[in-house]
Amino acid sequence: MLSRTADNLYWIARYMERADTSARLLEVGSRISLIPSAHGYRSEWDSLLQASGMAEGFAKKYGDPVQRNIESYLFFDRDNGSSVASCITAARENGRIVRTALTAQVWDALNVAYEELRALERRPRSELQQSRLTEWTMRHAAMVRGAIDATLLRNDGYNFLNIGYYLERADNTARLMDVKYYVLLPRVDFVGSGLDNYQWTTLLRAMGAHRAFHWAYGGDVTAAKIADFLILNAQSPRSLKTCVAGIANHLGRLSKAYGQETDAQARARAMLAGLEEETVDRIIDEGLHEYLTRFIGDAAGLGLAIQNTYLGRARM
Amino acid sequence: MHPYFNEMYHGTDVRSPYARLQDWVSAMPAELRHLKQAEAEALFRRIGITFAVYGEGGDPDRLIPFDMFPRVFSGAEWARLEKGIKQRARALNAFLVDVYGRGEILRAGRIPARLVYQNEAYEKSVVGFVPPKGVYSHIVGIDLVRTGPDEFFVLEDNCRTPSGVSYMLENREIMMRMFPDLFRENRIEPVDSYPEKLRRTLASVAPTKCDREPTVVILTPGHYNSAYYEHSFLADLMGVELVEGQDLFVDGAFVYMRTTEGPRRVDVIYRRIDDAYIDPLCFRPDSMLGIPGLMDVYRSGGVSICSAPGAGVADDKAVYTYVPEMIRFYLGEEPILNNVPTLQCGKQDDLRHVLDKLPELVVKEVHGSGGYGMLVGPRCTKAEIEAFRAKIIENPGNYIAQPTLALSTVPTFVEEGIAPRHVDLRPYCLVGERIELVPGGLTRVALKDGSLVVNSSQGGGVKDTWVLAE
Repeated sequence: MLSRTADNLYWIARYMERADTSARLLEVGSRISLIPSAHGYRSEWDSLLQASGMAEGFAKKYGDPVQRNIESYLFFDRDNGSSVASCITAARENGRIVRTALTAQVWDALNVAYEELRALERRPRSELQQSRLTEWTMRHAAMVRGAIDATLLRNDGYNFLNIGYYLERADNTARLMDVKYYVLLPRVDFVGSGLDNYQWTTLLRAMGAHRAFHWAYGGDVTAAKIADFLILNAQSPRSLKTCVAGIANHLGRLSKAYGQETDAQARARAMLAGLEEETVDRIIDEGLHEYLTRFIGDAAGLGLAIQNTYLGRARM
Repeated sequence: MHPYFNEMYHGTDVRSPYARLQDWVSAMPAELRHLKQAEAEALFRRIGITFAVYGEGGDPDRLIPFDMFPRVFSGAEWARLEKGIKQRARALNAFLVDVYGRGEILRAGRIPARLVYQNEAYEKSVVGFVPPKGVYSHIVGIDLVRTGPDEFFVLEDNCRTPSGVSYMLENREIMMRMFPDLFRENRIEPVDSYPEKLRRTLASVAPTKCDREPTVVILTPGHYNSAYYEHSFLADLMGVELVEGQDLFVDGAFVYMRTTEGPRRVDVIYRRIDDAYIDPLCFRPDSMLGIPGLMDVYRSGGVSICSAPGAGVADDKAVYTYVPEMIRFYLGEEPILNNVPTLQCGKQDDLRHVLDKLPELVVKEVHGSGGYGMLVGPRCTKAEIEAFRAKIIENPGNYIAQPTLALSTVPTFVEEGIAPRHVDLRPYCLVGERIELVPGGLTRVALKDGSLVVNSSQGGGVKDTWVLAE
């Protein structure tokens, strides 16, 4: 497969997953802002933007974080490379470039998302509720993912798509957790308070993992349980372990198909081994924020190795 | 009596190829027609058959209007066209081999040497090189117009990389999906073997150094190109990689593509990029689309380039005038398809005649394309004609003139119902080890009432083109 084709496939996945995350961020932000807090609404939105790496761009364009502007920025704004609109457009453009490596169903799912997005953009904003926008995004992300799983050949292209999905998801899970733990609730005496619990629950909801969490753990929501669920639990579809295992699996398939082990496989295996030995207690001891920061750095390093080995020149 | 030849109606009689379409169209109420038209558009959009226009604002993904009323040729009509088209494609290739070799036709004085050697499209860097199987132009798109039952004229030849074949294939696909009954009632020759024939043609001109099943690729300028859909569509149907310049590199005597498994050798490049851009070391140094060193590999027989660099000298509008001469000179045959009588403003006598008769003529730039930079005398105001006159006088060699042809019409769905609209035809002739032509082509239709300009950039649309089995 052409390196550039693999690159396009990988980025289709990353952009679709990123669109999904931006929509979920919008959901988290709206929910959190519905309850009063020690800092007022504004700082929390600001924290969200900061954690997702979009704060600077937002401030430049809009200044103060007003809910409506944030909605525009996270969903519609083409100047924001991580907005839902930018991501879906980019995913579809990458898909258009490699139409021949996709099935009609996958292309259709990408193209329909794009066509509907353009219809949404033409509608008056007053008709569009934030919760509907989030649902809309998650539905289309799921449709693309479903079409990939249901119809695509299990060849190297499929592996590159999955690597893109898992890598982006790992990064996003880590960042969303970090928002909650580090940014939203910086003062130790809030830990365990009603507010703390509400925020954790909201975070779980945004990840679509609220019910799953309660089935798996029961009882109160605590930072330790959540850390276990989102980092170490192999049953959780968004946990770091699940994501890294997914990356390692698909990289393993590539090395088998190509008959060649590379730096990327070694890195993925090392990360997975680390996660398998890890315990929640140790993570809390190290500090969740410190742990997540390190993880995000490792994931970026792995991404770079994959880019250099298989995908050709890097892009943002 | 209507002055134009209507391909379906002769007075109130229906010409035989269209016999069954009469029932079809009279059984279709207006509502159904609107419904079907909307369905066709949705299909085109869904499949993604659009041409992208960037940098002009508005919707970047445009559809070429598709008219559902087919254009039909009888088997006998087509048989003659096929012979004429193949004859022309043979002669054009013979001419190219000759002018990059000994130049016999020029020595014999049948074509003025300056028209060739001083032509911008004449590629000095390939002089003396004979491409595999002696083929320069592997896909020859010949634009034809019709003025009567047996009167066909060649409007121009496209020897480089004629586009539009994806519409020929998709128009058919969509018609078959929407009107399967029509295809049961009429015996219509299929066109869907085109991609396979194209692949075979390209593989048949593998370079001398290729000692295995050749690897064929399509080279595209990229996804911002307006014809990108066609490039990716053909790559898919042929089962070959669609590459950009950045995906290819030269190492030693060969060209390779970058793959996830490392470099892989490429033997035949079907390029959809102009000569000037394919190799920055040989042509334009600022080209970001090309592959440095490609021409060296090409000239040493390490890779084939289709169409071959330099092929453009054969489809120049000034050289066009001499194609009938080429047919006589190289093939010893009389041309089956006629040229449109053409005046060359570069010649004194012709120029005088052109300036006298400007309101009756069509004047084109020698290197122009896409329906731009031309004058259609009978449809222009006095002021427009005078402005164009000044341009001709300033640089006569840049213009040719032709009589305004009474282009044939085919019934076409329009707002008010059905009306005749002017059409042309572009068949795609494949030249490799063999010369092949699928029975069909791209019919372009001028959708504006009275318009003779069929280019999509000027309000033209497309139709499915049928050849009936005998």
